[in-house]
Amino acid sequence: MNPNQAPRTRIRLRYGKSGRIRFTSHRDVARIWERSLRRTGLPVAQTEGFSPRAKLHFGLALATGYESDAEYLDVDFKCGEMAVEEVLKSLVDVLPDGIEATGGAVLAPGAMSLQQAVTICDWDIELLDVAADDLAQWVDQVLGAATLMVTRERKGQKITDDLAPQVRALEVGEPTSRGVRLLATLGTQPRAARPSELLAAQEPVHRPVLIRRTRQWIEQDGARLEPLMVGAAPVQHTLVGVQ
Amino acid sequence: MSLWPELELVLPEVSKPARYIGGEGGMTTPEHHPSKVAWLLAYPDTYEIGLPNQGLQILYEILNERDDSVAERAYAPWVDMEAEMRAAGLPLFSVDTHRRAGDFDVLAFNLSAELVYTNLLNCIDLAGAPVRAEHRADDDLLIGAGGHCTYNPEPLADFVDFFVLGDGEEVVSEITEAVWDWKRSGKKSRQSVLRALAAIEGVYVPSLYEVAYDGPVLVSITPRYADVPAVVEKRTVADLAAWPYPKQQLVPLTEVVHDRLNVEVFRGCTRGCRFCQAGMITRPVRERPAEQVRTMVADGLARSGYDEVALTSLSTADFSGIEEVVSATMDCGAGEVSVSLPSLRVDAFTVGLAAQIQRARRTGLTFAPEAGSWRMRQVINKLIDERDLYGAVESAFSQGWRRMKLYFLTGLPTETDVDTLAIGELARNCVELGRAHTKNPSVTVSLGGFVPKPFTPFQWFGQNTVSELQRKVFLLRDDIKRNRGVQMKWHDPKASLVEGIASRGDRRIGRVIEEVWRQGGTFQEWSEHFDYDRWTQAMAKHGLSVDWYVHRHRTEDEVLPWDHISAGLHKDFLWQDWRDALNEVGLEDCRWTPCYDCGACTGYSIEHIVASAVPPAGGSQGTGQVPTGYQPSEEVSVQLSGIGARSST
Repeated sequence: MNPNQAPRTRIRLRYGKSGRIRFTSHRDVARIWERSLRRTGLPVAQTEGFSPRAKLHFGLALATGYESDAEYLDVDFKCGEMAVEEVLKSLVDVLPDGIEATGGAVLAPGAMSLQQAVTICDWDIELLDVAADDLAQWVDQVLGAATLMVTRERKGQKITDDLAPQVRALEVGEPTSRGVRLLATLGTQPRAARPSELLAAQEPVHRPVLIRRTRQWIEQDGARLEPLMVGAAPVQHTLVGVQ
Repeated sequence: MSLWPELELVLPEVSKPARYIGGEGGMTTPEHHPSKVAWLLAYPDTYEIGLPNQGLQILYEILNERDDSVAERAYAPWVDMEAEMRAAGLPLFSVDTHRRAGDFDVLAFNLSAELVYTNLLNCIDLAGAPVRAEHRADDDLLIGAGGHCTYNPEPLADFVDFFVLGDGEEVVSEITEAVWDWKRSGKKSRQSVLRALAAIEGVYVPSLYEVAYDGPVLVSITPRYADVPAVVEKRTVADLAAWPYPKQQLVPLTEVVHDRLNVEVFRGCTRGCRFCQAGMITRPVRERPAEQVRTMVADGLARSGYDEVALTSLSTADFSGIEEVVSATMDCGAGEVSVSLPSLRVDAFTVGLAAQIQRARRTGLTFAPEAGSWRMRQVINKLIDERDLYGAVESAFSQGWRRMKLYFLTGLPTETDVDTLAIGELARNCVELGRAHTKNPSVTVSLGGFVPKPFTPFQWFGQNTVSELQRKVFLLRDDIKRNRGVQMKWHDPKASLVEGIASRGDRRIGRVIEEVWRQGGTFQEWSEHFDYDRWTQAMAKHGLSVDWYVHRHRTEDEVLPWDHISAGLHKDFLWQDWRDALNEVGLEDCRWTPCYDCGACTGYSIEHIVASAVPPAGGSQGTGQVPTGYQPSEEVSVQLSGIGARSST
């Protein structure tokens, strides 16, 4: 049988990553998902070829050490129908502590991949070494700056970018038990801006103690959609746990 | 209690922070209690090397199953993490609940390689205990060690309170009871717990022994007290079926070596390779029942989510009924399970087995002929004739493999340049065999410098010098560098020398290990941190001769630093085997032939547990059954044409 014609269902899952497991890498998390899905016994589609692997499509990488309420991956199942509730239920006992599947939706055929579709992310950044007033001043400086030049190294070459257009929102949040909180909305296209770059873009440079991705958004016709809300016609939607 | 809030602040600063988080599948979160003995089981190398260690995982489960003990795990922090920890005043900690090492009663190390010895000192220091045993207070951490390296415990005798010899499954409980008596009494007397430990069979307490020297010569190692044994015997688990561990193999959150399900199918090996310490000290052969193997594989795959399982042992193709077990394993789980056999025998049968398990991806196969000439292989008792090897290689290339890796040792007893160059000849012939099947056959020769080990027939042999090993390496490299398809890799001869210092050193070598550690010499098994000069300078500083410890041939009547330790093997058996080696006489595998009384069974009233009474099919090696009509020959090309004709019919 031509594998292209085999029945397939693509499900988008949302999951959180928090606690000590935040120190695993993006690759580690991919392996954790492969093993966990295998343990569910669900009919996950496999790649063809010499070393078959589960067909998983991950969204934007989350830097090692960051937490998140809003990570996504798309999973292909080798069957025409698959209930999102069943997938979420069978994941409860197999995912490790700190990774929790919190929602899912069946995607319509041809839906854009996560990496293409997501345009902005909300970040919650906890800082210990700064007073709230000083941070407010720092925020004003960032928002007032015409450019925010950041330099990074890629394949041995130094690349300088302007971060300013990527800073879509920035404010001081409620204090935490041990420090202050900076809330940022950063663009992801053509390249996802990192909270660590934002912190380094303006003197004084602040050292974060905890960075948490709280939301990912797809901007469509002026509206912001959660990645579970797109891709399929409403009637085909199966939404679980969307706030 | 938990150091996590502090660790959380330093982890963003270090490489691979997932090394320090624990959280593995199968991890225990033990409840510590004043009435329980708390063990911190440590592997003195990085997390990714140490996590898969099966010995450590077995003890972890057994101790956590007991009512009177708990166990957690620790690994050596990498240099960047160590610097952060020392700067922040953080001690060695467990990865399970991030508890400080000082909150445990016992810190016990698994020792599998000599080059980690300085890491052991570093871990003791990071744990907050005095590095030298004699400086420890009554209630300080008890420092223990087990694993293959403890068959010569002397180089670490000044730092370790007690060593455990042999299988740990049973003795670990007896130790727990002795430690509990000490803990219950408020840890008032360290001497009393050490004496109690020394009374347990399989436990060696070095501080209870007096060592006498005459100049450089070791004269004796004798107990200070009448109730301390003059010779400490190893422990052997008689029946592996009684110990189906680990039941819940740890599934790490980050990538480690051997990242797969591992099921031990048998322990011990009687092939009798004379260079191989593991084969000598783990006798007799104890097979796990095939049915138990199947259950452990099926349960392990379902629980872990792994899609790969390794059937481990010292020579898995020798397991009785290996084909049935392999087929059953492949049908386990939801399909797509791959099986690996970490130690392949060199023959066509084994390749057939490999073909069965690697249906899909056939990239590389590894064989270990160990020596290039038939004469040399008789000396080391690895009786693979050329037919076995070429049969295996021919079979592998014809079934789709394109790359072979061949392991060899150099610096073996009686080795001449003819033997060394025979390695190149073998490799070239293997490539030629491959040309019939693939356009670019590739054979990689991996060459290691031979380090003589205690409790082997080669324990009396003087190790080759660095320059001699280097000369042989270059001799072979120059011989094969013009040959397309043959590559060569080699182990640093300087590292072999340092292994040699520790492998057969006596108690005085402890000063050298401490010196190298104090100068910052950790992670010596990592080439980027290995520092040869530190070792040779430390030897010189303490007036110890490298030549005397490493390169000198030892004599029959000489007192060896491990003479007060017993692996069951009679010393006169080993000496006879050493003479046989020099006379190029092979010795049969006793699991299928009559006993020659090496001592490993008779001394402990145990015997082999082997399901099949006959040797496995396919191959002569080690069985003493050299094929009829076979004449060993240096004229390899003659052999080769014969094989070629046979395979083409």
